[in-house]
Order: sequence, then C-alpha cells, then structure tokens
Amino acid sequence: MQKRQVYLDHGATSPLRKEALEAMLPFLQERYGNPSSLHSPGRKVRTAIERAREETALALGAEPEEIIFTSGGTEANNIAIRGAAQARRGKGHLLTSSVEHHAVLDVCRELAGEGFEVTLLPVDRYGLVSPETVARALKPETFLISVMTANNEVGTVEPVAEIGALARERGILFHTDAVQAVGQLPVDVREMKVDLLSLSAHKFNGPKGVGALYVRRDTPLTPLYSGGGQERQLRPGTENVPGIIGLARALTLAVEELPEKSRRLKALRDRLIEGLLAMGDAVLNGHPSSRLPGNVNVSFNYIEGEALLLGLDLEGVAASSGSACTSGSLEPSHVLMAMGLGLQLARGSLRLTLGRGNSDGCVDYVLAVLAPLVDRLRKMSALYPGKQS
Amino acid sequence: MYNDKVVDHFTNPRNVGEMPEADIIGEAGSFKCGDTMKIYLKIEQDRITGVKFQTFGCGAAIASSSMLTEMVKGKTLEEAQRVTNEDVALELGGLPPLKMHCSNLAADALKDAIAKYRIKQSSSRA
Repeated sequence: MQKRQVYLDHGATSPLRKEALEAMLPFLQERYGNPSSLHSPGRKVRTAIERAREETALALGAEPEEIIFTSGGTEANNIAIRGAAQARRGKGHLLTSSVEHHAVLDVCRELAGEGFEVTLLPVDRYGLVSPETVARALKPETFLISVMTANNEVGTVEPVAEIGALARERGILFHTDAVQAVGQLPVDVREMKVDLLSLSAHKFNGPKGVGALYVRRDTPLTPLYSGGGQERQLRPGTENVPGIIGLARALTLAVEELPEKSRRLKALRDRLIEGLLAMGDAVLNGHPSSRLPGNVNVSFNYIEGEALLLGLDLEGVAASSGSACTSGSLEPSHVLMAMGLGLQLARGSLRLTLGRGNSDGCVDYVLAVLAPLVDRLRKMSALYPGKQS
Repeated sequence: MYNDKVVDHFTNPRNVGEMPEADIIGEAGSFKCGDTMKIYLKIEQDRITGVKFQTFGCGAAIASSSMLTEMVKGKTLEEAQRVTNEDVALELGGLPPLKMHCSNLAADALKDAIAKYRIKQSSSRA
C-alpha cells in the first residue's frame, strides 16, 4: 500500500483555506494602515474591519456591534468569564461543566481561588450536561452559566438552547464555548439564547491567532486589559487586521457550505466509526448521534493511546489521543474521566477529527493502517488476555 | 519527538511476546501513567539465556522494554541487576525529559524478576 499523508486532527487546527488567504494578503502588504488612524490608509482599513464585523455577525445571527475580535478562543473565553465575574459587585456563584476545555475550566478554577463559588456540573456517560442538572445546581447568587456548544474531545453536542432558555428566564448570563461547533453546526446566537459565545478562526479553515466573542447587547463585562479603545475597550490594542479579514471570509464560506459539508463529514465519520469498532474490544466515546459531524473518538482496550499515535504518525496519519502519555500532565483526559470511562480505556483513546480535505480514500487508508497496528500493539500488551483457547 | 533508535525499537521490538518455558516472570507498573510490563526470563546457572517481554504503554515504554531485553540477554543475574533506567535511556540515545519515567518500567520489571527468582532458588534449596 502506498504511504499517504492523512490529516485527521482538524479538532486541533485546520489548514487555512485559499479564499481566506487571498482576502488577507492585501492587508499583509499594501493595505497596512492602522484602523484607528484618521488618514485615508487607516480609514480604508477601518471600513474593511467593520465589513468583516458585519459578515461575522450575519453568520452568527448577531448584530455587528455585538462582535468583539480577539486573539482566539482562549482569549474570548477569558474576556467572557472573567469579564462577567469582575463586572459584579462582590462575589457570586457560577456554573460550568466538568468537560469544558481548559480555557474555560482554568479561568473558573482561578475565580474559585479568588472567592467565587464554582460548581462543576457532572455529565452522563456520553458527556452530556442535562438542563435538569443545571436547573438543580442554580442558587440565588448564580450569575453565570458556561457550557460548551460541542465537546472538543468526544464531539458531544450539548443542549445549549435549553440551558440558554432556563438561564434567560432567570436573568442569569449564559456563555458558550463554540470553538469546535462553528463551521460544523448551525450556530445562531438568538436561537441558542446565549449572552456570550466564543469562536476561533483556525478551527474552520481561517488563520491562527484570531477569534471572536459575541457579546449580547447590554451584557456587563469588565475589560481585562487597559490601553486603548479598540473593540469597545474589551480587547484594546491595534487590531489583527489580516486575521480579522481572514476570519470573516472563512466563517462566511463555512456557513454557506455547512449543509453540504455536514452531510459529507457525517458519512465519513460513520464509516470510520464502523470500521474502528469492527476491530473488536473498542468502544465509541461520546454521544452516538448528538455528535459533531467530524468527530470520531474510540478507545481500544489493552492499548496505550500514545503508542497508537506514534504508530499512526509513522504511517503518515496525524491524530490525537486523550491518553495520559500525550498530555504532558501524566493525567488521562478529564473529559473521558468525567464520563466515567475506566482508566485503561481512557488511556487507549484515539481521536480522529475530519475536515474539508478528507475523502473516502482517507478513511480507507486509516482503517487499513490501523488494523495491523492495533493487532500488533495488543499482542505485545502486558494486559491483553490473548486469544482464549 | 523520539529519535530513530527509539522509533526502531517501537516499530520492531526485540524479544516481544510470551515465554511459556520461562523460569520466572517479573512485573512492574507505573502508578504515574499506568504503564505495565511483564518480563519473562530463562535462567541457566545464574545467567539469562532467554528473555521476552510484554508491555502496555507508550512508545517510550515499549522501546525501553525492547532495549532492556537486548541489554541483559546473556548477562549474569548480578550484571543484569546493575542495569539502571538511565542505562536503558542512554542506550536508546536519549528520551524526552517527560518520558524518562517510562524507562523505569523495564529496569523495575527486571529487578522484580530477579528478586522473585532468588526467593524461589533459596526456598528450593531449603
């Protein structure tokens, strides 16, 4: 079999699409004006940024003045959660889920250290947060709920609109980290009833280093930085102009192409899942149907995930794992552990995330190289009971 | 992340598998990351004449297991016992700092096997 390069880690990042690059190039070259300047080169760039803001708002069902450009998803999450906490007089209570990305969890942990009360909501075995659990955890002093739109590791799509509805009824702010969802699911801030929503351009074939935060009108946020009036003072500093232009272009196209892309990725995803589970002693992590179109996450019993990744990499396949040995922390994935997966299965997890460039051929190839690798690693595993005779 | 030698021992591990005729089986596990290794030794007159291993673990753990078996084959128990995890890592041409603990597994499993063998020997003599 001919060796190929197959990229199946679109949940980590995705390649910049040509149309976004082409839209960006003038702003890396001749259109270098500072959008805050009064002169013509500056004003022209200001016009381009405001146009990008309109496009971004349109793609999310928001108003342009509700869009703040940031340096990415992490910064958007920080500005939203910490900004909402600091806008309060005194402390209060906030809720988040135990399967959030570290860019949310770590902010909440820090706030807990500063005197805020934080509840980490449990999830079921699919990684789902139930709206009933959210409702039960509310307190009179709850001011913020943050639950992700879709999980980055296992792809489970959370019931965000229902959580949003119960937050709105009670006048509690609702933030969602939609970093993995934008470009894979329809995202409409009104339907989701969110006050704050974070996104990151490089997850939908935009450039790295740029993201956005939707801030619903009249949502109280205290800026985290000082230094200028840009982005309604919430993200002061000269704008990442090429990045913003690239974000808007990639987002507009991603939303246009969504129905077709979603259908195509789901077909690839389901074929991949079927092929992986057929290898035996493997379980699907995450929800079987309420799932991102491009996410596959399977645990192989008796095998360590890092060894799988290394073996796949040697065959040209780029993937990721929730294994302790890949995290740098020696702890297996907090998401898989919160879902109640045993340690050994959590260590044997493999995440394959599909994107624009993937085809049926990619799926065939990864299945073809993975089957013998799984077999080889199992046979050498100290935990493998072997073929029962 | 890994050098060619580590990758080679991961891809083509030496002495891998079970050994039904083993005189002793040693085991070690890492509480840190959950890696587990079994080492099978065939011993004649205090000399390792046969060795096999099975490992559940990352690439570094598998490569360290493979390398250790190569290093101790033919050695006396006394010589083999002196092999440390640093020796294994050195022989592999180095491991990433975060992966150094993975090389403990192999040396620990070997020490466990030798200790068990000595107990077995002393009780059979008694």
